Amino acid sequence: MSTFQRKHLLGLQELSREEIELILQTATSFKEVSSRDIKKVPALRGKTVVTLFFEPSTRTRISFELAAKRLSADTLNIAINVSSTTKGETLLDTAKNIEAMSVDAMVVRHSLSGAPFILAQGLQCSVINAGDGCREHPTQALLDMFTLKEKFGHIEGLKVAIVGDILHSRVARSNIWGLTKLGAQVTVCGPATLMPRGIEDMGVHVSYDLKDVLKNSDAIIALRIQKERQQDKFLPSLREYSRLFGINQAKLQEARPNGTVGPSPNLIIMHPGPTNRGVELSAEVADGKQSVILEQVTNGVAVRMAVLYLVLGAKGE
Amino acid sequence: MSQKMMDHEAIHKAILRMAHEILEKPATPPEVAGRGLAIPPRRDGGSGIKNLALIGIRTQGVTLADRLKKAIKDIEGVEVPMGVLDITLYRDDLTLVGPKPLVRQTYIDFDITDKRIVLVDDVFFTGRTIRAALDALVDFGRPAKIELAVLVDRGHRELPIRADFVGKNIPTAKSQNVKVVLQEGHDQQDEVLIEDNP
Repeated sequence: MSTFQRKHLLGLQELSREEIELILQTATSFKEVSSRDIKKVPALRGKTVVTLFFEPSTRTRISFELAAKRLSADTLNIAINVSSTTKGETLLDTAKNIEAMSVDAMVVRHSLSGAPFILAQGLQCSVINAGDGCREHPTQALLDMFTLKEKFGHIEGLKVAIVGDILHSRVARSNIWGLTKLGAQVTVCGPATLMPRGIEDMGVHVSYDLKDVLKNSDAIIALRIQKERQQDKFLPSLREYSRLFGINQAKLQEARPNGTVGPSPNLIIMHPGPTNRGVELSAEVADGKQSVILEQVTNGVAVRMAVLYLVLGAKGE
Repeated sequence: MSQKMMDHEAIHKAILRMAHEILEKPATPPEVAGRGLAIPPRRDGGSGIKNLALIGIRTQGVTLADRLKKAIKDIEGVEVPMGVLDITLYRDDLTLVGPKPLVRQTYIDFDITDKRIVLVDDVFFTGRTIRAALDALVDFGRPAKIELAVLVDRGHRELPIRADFVGKNIPTAKSQNVKVVLQEGHDQQDEVLIEDNP
């Protein structure tokens, strides 16, 4: 097995299949740590990890913080509304000042695509992308792949559909990069207004028919309708979106494979959260047997532990 | 250059003898007794198989623990619980080495609290692996006792830790390598070799 040589995790676009598989394999070992009574190992003792979030987040920030703490690293969370950026400091200046206090890794979320690259170029410490604009959210895709691997035993050949606002979704992009590298067949499905032009070039199928997609998939990744990015009227209404692309029990029933009764037992429903209940997923689907949403959250900690462990061991690119 | 120190037969006998020692029973099999290796009952003994559990240290310690478990079953007819420990995250040189070594899974599906734990590894060298293993184990509970069984004790301890059960003492130079080949997972016969580093 190869070793991980990267100091930063900026996206899945630049990772090789082997590197992705190494992260997933390492995460398997780390998942066991969270199941112990004493959920802590001394692997990153003495390291300092800072989470620097320029956009709101609950799950991802807490997940990274817990991951770092379970590896015995010290963590510091910087909520940007109380930091100096509100006084006009630039992103790189803020980051350099934090780094000057001997920080080993910075976990960054920013509304601008590419922001983590600027930091990686300007900083000595490791930079981990926790979501940049509409570009990538690599740890979310890694935890999705980890969950798929856990459920199906493999990713090669799996039919995975990503449903919703593909245009604004960094989760979709990271998943497309990662899943196609690991040999899955990816279909993207959503309203035409939210389907980026040329997405086929990323190696995915495009569909506008949810029923067809539900019938022919092993797993569905439903995306959140990002109300904060909907100023430009991409959708007539949330109700219409929900009617056409929301997943409910009735649609799952209807989509069962030919000759079987009830919803396809193997189809799993995923969602990166937070869920708009009644929009992307009905409550019964979100809480149903096929939903693995909370397992995704559990796996997120293991995957982020693996990422922190691996990037903090690398000496450079 | 390499020198063969133990063959399949010797390794088999060493494991059998260690199983007897762990059970605190005099070794009676002819192949052991015949060589004047009968083991007197241990003075601190008495617990025998009661609460006994084996924990193998990845990778070869697991193979050896598995063999010890089988030997114990042959002697006593009892399956003792066995766990697998990966000590990577507890290494004291983790911040010095880079890139990070591969982390494998730890698998202990029983409560180690109040158990008599016998840690199993292939080669005992500096003692640092065992130090890490002890740290890892106490994160899982509070065993009544922890003992150490190794196939080879090659000397050069760097910590005040020693093995309770030793298959064979092989004095070595620090620059030499001790290579334990176990046939599980290999297409080779069991053997222990000493290799000179070029």
